[in-house]
Amino acid sequence: MSPLQKILASVLTLAVCALAAPEANAKPPLSAALAALPASTADHSQFKELQREFESGSELTRACLSCHNQAAKQVHASKHWKWEFVNGKTGQTLGKRHVVNNTLMSIAANGPYCARCHISNEWTEAKFDFTDPNQVDCLACHDTTGTYTSMKMHQLRSKCSACHVEFDKSKARNVVRRPDFGELGRHVGKPSLQTCGACHFNSDGGNGIKHGDLDSSLLNAAPELDAHMAKDGAGLTCFNCHKTRRHQTLGSRYAPQSKDPKGKNVLGGSRATCESCHGLAPHPKTANAKLNDHVDRIACQTCHIPAIARGGVPTKTRWDWSSAGRLDKAGKEIITRDDKGRIIYSTQRGSAEWAENLVPDYVWFNGEVKYLTLNDKINPAGTVRLNVLSGGPDDPKSRIWPVKTLRGKQPIDAENATLVGVRLFGKDENAFWEAYDWNKAIAASMADAGRPFSGKVGFVETEMRIPVNHMVAPESGALSCGDCHSRNGRMATVPGIYYPGRGIYWLIDLLGLLLVGGALAGVLAHGALRIAVKFRKSGKA
Amino acid sequence: MTQRVYLFARFERFWHWSQAGLIIFMAVTGFEIHGFYTLLGFEPAQELHTIAAWALISLWVFAIFWHATTGEWKQYIPSFDRLFAIMRYYSVDILTGAPHPYKKSRLHKHNPLQRIVYLSLWVLINPALWISGALYYYYNDWGPWGLAPYLKLEYVATAHVVAAFLITTFLVIHVYLITTGHTLFAYIKAMITGWADLDEDSAQES
Ligand code: HEM
Repeated sequence: MSPLQKILASVLTLAVCALAAPEANAKPPLSAALAALPASTADHSQFKELQREFESGSELTRACLSCHNQAAKQVHASKHWKWEFVNGKTGQTLGKRHVVNNTLMSIAANGPYCARCHISNEWTEAKFDFTDPNQVDCLACHDTTGTYTSMKMHQLRSKCSACHVEFDKSKARNVVRRPDFGELGRHVGKPSLQTCGACHFNSDGGNGIKHGDLDSSLLNAAPELDAHMAKDGAGLTCFNCHKTRRHQTLGSRYAPQSKDPKGKNVLGGSRATCESCHGLAPHPKTANAKLNDHVDRIACQTCHIPAIARGGVPTKTRWDWSSAGRLDKAGKEIITRDDKGRIIYSTQRGSAEWAENLVPDYVWFNGEVKYLTLNDKINPAGTVRLNVLSGGPDDPKSRIWPVKTLRGKQPIDAENATLVGVRLFGKDENAFWEAYDWNKAIAASMADAGRPFSGKVGFVETEMRIPVNHMVAPESGALSCGDCHSRNGRMATVPGIYYPGRGIYWLIDLLGLLLVGGALAGVLAHGALRIAVKFRKSGKA
Repeated sequence: MTQRVYLFARFERFWHWSQAGLIIFMAVTGFEIHGFYTLLGFEPAQELHTIAAWALISLWVFAIFWHATTGEWKQYIPSFDRLFAIMRYYSVDILTGAPHPYKKSRLHKHNPLQRIVYLSLWVLINPALWISGALYYYYNDWGPWGLAPYLKLEYVATAHVVAAFLITTFLVIHVYLITTGHTLFAYIKAMITGWADLDEDSAQES
């Protein structure tokens, strides 16, 4: 652009900014002719294979596989099935089966309970056969009735309080424990916000607890909450971005992409990156020309997700296990709520802190994450970082990302200096939620994981960082320049980068102000002197 | 006796006042961008600063052309003639009502102190501002232009800020010195109308 064009463009930008009201770009509605057509080429309710009763999930799966005879092979290769992810770069074997976090800590000795969110039909024993095709739970993702996951959760008889920290016994009678698999099978369809959300909104034991950018408020999101998922926003569902081919879903918290250099992917669809739809110069020509200059160092999420847990569902910011297990004088379990009704102490889960409209933390991130596992030594003296996001200002692959920091205090093996798992669920004396005995619960979990346990329990402060990706606000809700470009802006603690407004050399500021201030004081004094001399002279005269 | 002399041509006056306005405006928006205060908000300040920058650069290009073609650039040829006397005049002698040690004329409309200060504006501070400002603006093109290995934004910004402090300091003193003519408003009138009252003898020199 020539300077003149630049001036014109700037003037125009200002005018447009002042005049243009934010506009939701809703998905174009179907034409009447399209809407009159069947939604899919196959109506499962008409298949004769499904016109009967099914005793179990795996029996239904057998019927599914009788037509979709390659489906199990695809699903068996997916991370939703394997719960295992080998990071080629770091060489770490990760995935739910291996990592340790500061929420429910580890799957070890909790397998069948955690597996309520696994896409298998009957993972009910500690050992599970990952090669059995009939175990693939098609309904987990393809249920369209919105009822299945809740029923699946209730098939396994755990303590109600494992999920419902406080629960209404009178309602327990109405719980459906045996889904009508035939009925569900006749109504399968594409995955939806609801099917994905049934697990992903409830990570680590409840709505919104872990992520903060994923909770049930997204089901009926207004565009201000999530421009993508809102029905009167873009109206997208999860797989529009998390493109899934051959049952392999794109997008990973274990190996995310910090910066996608490939840009728009018109034919191939989304790679679960902003760039694959919005391109490498995502802001329109009419916007401030400097906006597109940010994309080299600032992740889209940083400005476009101004805060998380914005939909009315709080997210946990601290989970302190060290206080768990206290009973009241009568020997009963305790539950304490704050004035907003959030549980801040429970015998089962210890102490908690929550937040809504939480401003994320900001860190350099190049997409590489290292996790601690049960095999790693820790330094119990300080705060233990359960995962470390790599990156820095000098690494061109890094951008500044928003993260949710979940802090916690959790048990460790004090002698071996390792993290531990805890058997939480179950109905025996080893289950923490049954007997509140750390030693037994940890020993059971470590035995299941095949790791040593000294019997010495300690507690350590931990921290986990979760990159934030959802609850993307439309333009009108994004951060404005001054949120960062100021002396104590949001980036104030991000090292190694200068941007106007941040301030850097205080000495130069001081000298500059002294210079200008000194000049001002000097001329004022001089002027006063001139006036005084003049008055003296005219007085004499 | 004094004589009225047409000292400042129409373009010169236009250039002077629009430059003055722009620099004041750029100091206000610039130091807001720098984070000293919040007045317009960062984004408006940044956008307006950028627009003003292009305007100022264009103005400078015209002014340089004008000086070159009219020969007026010679007004800035430095001279150390009675420099210290002039400095003493402005700081002390002015109080006693002593005469200005330098006589202006059409051919020498700036005294040696002015010449040195204005010349250093032209060759030091203005270029420092617009070179650092332009580099600042084109930060994202440093890579393609091959400049990235040699520059860091904090250094470019600091050069810009230092130059901004200097020109603001100049501005403060300059505005004050305007009031030191025969009468309080003599100099400002000259820059508005173009006509100045010069001492007769020096006026004849021209
Ligand atoms: C041709 C002249 C100029 C150009 C091209 C220019 C350009 C710029 C640019 C691009 C910025 C950075 C703002 C951004 O992020 O977009 C800036 C900042 C600034 N400008 Fe200028 N400017 C010019 C003249 C001036 C003048 C005359 C002053 C003061 C009297 C000034 C004072 C400042 C200050 C204090 C900052 C803040 C720098 C920081 O804190 O990093 N500028 N200028």
